[in-house]
Amino acid sequence: MERSLLPGTEGPAPNLADILERVLDKGVVIAGDIKINLLDIELLTIRLRLLVTSVDKAREMGINWWEHDPSLSRGAPPALAAENEDLRRRVSALEAAVPRAPR
Amino acid sequence: MTGTVYTYAVARPFDPASLAGVRGIDGARIHLVRYRDVVAVLSALPTPGVDEAALRARLETLEELEAVARAHHAVVEAVAARSVALPLRLATLHRGDARVADALRQGYEGFCAGLDRLAGRVELGVKIHGGVRDACTADPGPSTSSPGRDYLRRLHRQRRQREGARERAGAAAREIDAALAELAIDRRHHRPQAPPLCPAGRENVLNAAYLVERRRGEEFIERARALAAHTPGMEVEVTGPWAPYSFVDTPSAPSPAAGHEDGRHT
Repeated sequence: MERSLLPGTEGPAPNLADILERVLDKGVVIAGDIKINLLDIELLTIRLRLLVTSVDKAREMGINWWEHDPSLSRGAPPALAAENEDLRRRVSALEAAVPRAPR
Repeated sequence: MTGTVYTYAVARPFDPASLAGVRGIDGARIHLVRYRDVVAVLSALPTPGVDEAALRARLETLEELEAVARAHHAVVEAVAARSVALPLRLATLHRGDARVADALRQGYEGFCAGLDRLAGRVELGVKIHGGVRDACTADPGPSTSSPGRDYLRRLHRQRRQREGARERAGAAAREIDAALAELAIDRRHHRPQAPPLCPAGRENVLNAAYLVERRRGEEFIERARALAAHTPGMEVEVTGPWAPYSFVDTPSAPSPAAGHEDGRHT
């Protein structure tokens, strides 16, 4: 809906990493009445920096590790465990089916 | 009784009605708190009884962090388009408007100095990506009778090629950085972004922010593009213009401490 800071240079919406880089690391620090330790948050974003352009983009790319990381999302689904279990079963089945390879 | 308020920026006074269409965190309406000739731009958090734990928990969820960060950024941008703005760090919270006014009074001189310094200036981000990983898809080299040794040799050669490519990219980036710095009032180097955020096969060799006179912004962007076009194998991405997030603290020049990690300065 809005103007650009520089007339005639309306770019695409900035990506999340560029925004976080600024709003978490830069900007004036005023001691507020409620203190959030952004350092903790920063640890999170260091991990985010490893992958995220935006949540949607990440999902598109199939990156959704945080959904299984209990420190990042509450009530992580047990999907990973189930998948592990399934893979283990399939490996065993394959091992049983294939005769031992000669050395 | 007063609720918790979230402050986005400190600015010179402007007509708050012009922010009528802008919404802050959780869709809240924006209002101003004034002290002499500075204002704080804030909104009330709709949730009563917000405390540290609740907010932290919220920010530790990626979706929420993104929503808060984008809302914060949107308000800062809107303010910067109307006045000179000092963006605040994410999650600055006070118990009511009166506490924000206290903060304005206490920090008044610093705010004025910052606002005066940043008036009429914008921040432009420049990310330079070099083809560091392209360099190592080259030929496998002569093979010997030992596949294991071939493999190690190939790894070694790839590493050398990659280091060479990284050095060349770094040198080219420094040149571009120096040329752009001539058009800028100040400059900061941010941490390079991680490979998954870069175009395929490339590495972020420079992630910098430049403080530029608004009227020279176009010229700066043109220059960055021209420099990119003249440097084969490098991709230059200009972001912004941003409110001057990276320049709210004391000016870095001419101290070499400006760089984040590399401390590089020309």
